[in-house]
Amino acid sequence: MKRFALIALPYGWLVALFLVPFLIVLKISLSDTALAIPPYVPTLDLAEGWAGVRAFFAELDFENFAFLTTDDLYWKAYLSSLKIAVASTLMALIVGYPIAYGMSRAADAWRPTLLMLVILPFWTSFLIRVYAWKAILAQEGFLNQLLMGLGVISEPLTILNTNTAVYIGIVYTYLPFMVLPLFAALDRLDESLLEAAEDLGCTRMKAFWLITLPLSKQGIIAGSFLVFIPVMGEFVIPTLLGGSDTLMIGKVLWEEFFSNRDWPVASAVAIILLAILIIPIVLFIKNEEKEWEGET
Amino acid sequence: MPKTTLLLGTAIALVAGAATADEVRVYNWSDYIDEALLARFEEETGLELIYDVFDSNEVLETKMLAGGSGYDVVVPSGTFLQRQITAGAFQKLDMSKLPNIENMWDVVSSRTAQYDPGNAYSINYMWGTTGLGVNVGKVTELLGEDAPIDSWSLVFDPANMEKLADCGVMFLDAPSEMIPAALAFAGENPDDHDPEVIAKAGDVYGAVRPYIGKFHSSEYIEALANGEICVAVGWSGDILQARDRAWEADNGVEIAYHAPVEGAQMWFDQMAIPVDAPNPEGAHTFLNFIMDPQNMADASNYVYYANGNIASQDLLVEDVIGDPAIYPDAATLENLFTTRPYDAKVQRVVTRLWTKIKSGT
Repeated sequence: MKRFALIALPYGWLVALFLVPFLIVLKISLSDTALAIPPYVPTLDLAEGWAGVRAFFAELDFENFAFLTTDDLYWKAYLSSLKIAVASTLMALIVGYPIAYGMSRAADAWRPTLLMLVILPFWTSFLIRVYAWKAILAQEGFLNQLLMGLGVISEPLTILNTNTAVYIGIVYTYLPFMVLPLFAALDRLDESLLEAAEDLGCTRMKAFWLITLPLSKQGIIAGSFLVFIPVMGEFVIPTLLGGSDTLMIGKVLWEEFFSNRDWPVASAVAIILLAILIIPIVLFIKNEEKEWEGET
Repeated sequence: MPKTTLLLGTAIALVAGAATADEVRVYNWSDYIDEALLARFEEETGLELIYDVFDSNEVLETKMLAGGSGYDVVVPSGTFLQRQITAGAFQKLDMSKLPNIENMWDVVSSRTAQYDPGNAYSINYMWGTTGLGVNVGKVTELLGEDAPIDSWSLVFDPANMEKLADCGVMFLDAPSEMIPAALAFAGENPDDHDPEVIAKAGDVYGAVRPYIGKFHSSEYIEALANGEICVAVGWSGDILQARDRAWEADNGVEIAYHAPVEGAQMWFDQMAIPVDAPNPEGAHTFLNFIMDPQNMADASNYVYYANGNIASQDLLVEDVIGDPAIYPDAATLENLFTTRPYDAKVQRVVTRLWTKIKSGT
């Protein structure tokens, strides 16, 4: 009984906050747009009883999904999001690994402080931090002023409203999600293994590739998924920092929902996005399970 | 369609909790009122005013169509209002509670009636035009003394745009206004809903797209004012605000606004009461307060937009009532056009074309 209660809690949470919203979005994606409140038909009329439910299901169809295949905009947006997500995950890994490595090798007295510094940005609203990047990257922004003051450049660089600014914003925002799992993995590493390797004549570089890196694999995988999955659907950063030509599926979704007022097509776009993300999410959960098993 | 400070719904406050009878919740465009008026309303009526702001018609419309917004007064623009009336989003006004309606101006209400027949659901708050904001000094330097600063050819003729590009040109990110503008330049009916005609707007943009710096609906105010850009296609009052900011900064930048001679869009922001407003009584009190001549004049004197209230005109400062960019003369009025809302199919064509224009995809 106790065991049942323990399992029921997370499953109840999952059903209420994932499955139910998913089914609502799925339902809308199968309906048709209409000028009404809410702006789609059919709406389920439970007062009609079974007849209402039957009439509701009879009207559902898949034409919104078929529509997505008729315009290459959607595929280009999915691919472009995928590209940006993969590239920024790699960048976050390259930047985040040395940070996590340094933290895990720091003196015990320093570690809580360093950990705090990684978490510190979360104390400020995410939106404000992205706006701050606008001030830094603008034509007359701090970065250009600094570089021109130092004489590195003579003309201000155009960074804001380009994909470069989007990458900077994404890597900055999601870096802690990469660093923390990496730190957790590196922190647990048994240092006597490295000593043993050195005793047996292994160079430090070689020891890193042969021991440290493979043993931090779980951290790399966890961090990469924590960055990749949310970046795929990112909307705020490309909107604020990107240019008119930055194409991401989050923006396309916004336009379907707000400009076209087409909730059914917007829902279909969202369902496909979820379908694309399900594969990495399942892999992520498998990985987590394996890690748990490895520990017990 | 006034200025928009933040791109994301600026202060989309959560309208949680039950509204009470002595509260009025108003949802208006950002930077679109003299805040002293809000305090005056609370003082005069004893009602508590909760005032939230938005920055795009699309955001407001999505809230209206979702239902249950919790607001008592909202401010959509003409075509959006019309569509939302059709969707059943608003309730009819109770004219017996609006004695100040007699102050309204027939020149405006005859035009707003095409969106809201008989003006049964809404009152006009402000109106304006969409046209060209020009940094006069820089543009005449680049294009000569006879630069066409009152013509769409300034921004749609590649020969002009090539010279202006380095100095900076910005467009509104509002397809329902930028497509009609391009059609006006091409000599078509700007309100044409035929997809084949609309496609011609795509050709117009295709020729000048490389020279357009950015599509954005609010950044141009600051950019014009501090001389960062030469030309902005924008909303009349916003460009006049840029002109004033440049004056105040005394930075030598001279900004002028023109409604292009080929035709400029005239738009109307209308106050309406959602069908499910928690406090329709208070909403009527607010509308009546706004239609008071002194209150309306104070609002216009503050935001540099014309209003639909004829009784307020005696109380407007010369800067506002005497400026043809705000209150156009008869000849300019001739050149202004209005548009009808696109239906869902045509809207999709327009949005898709706009995405293609902006992103090249």
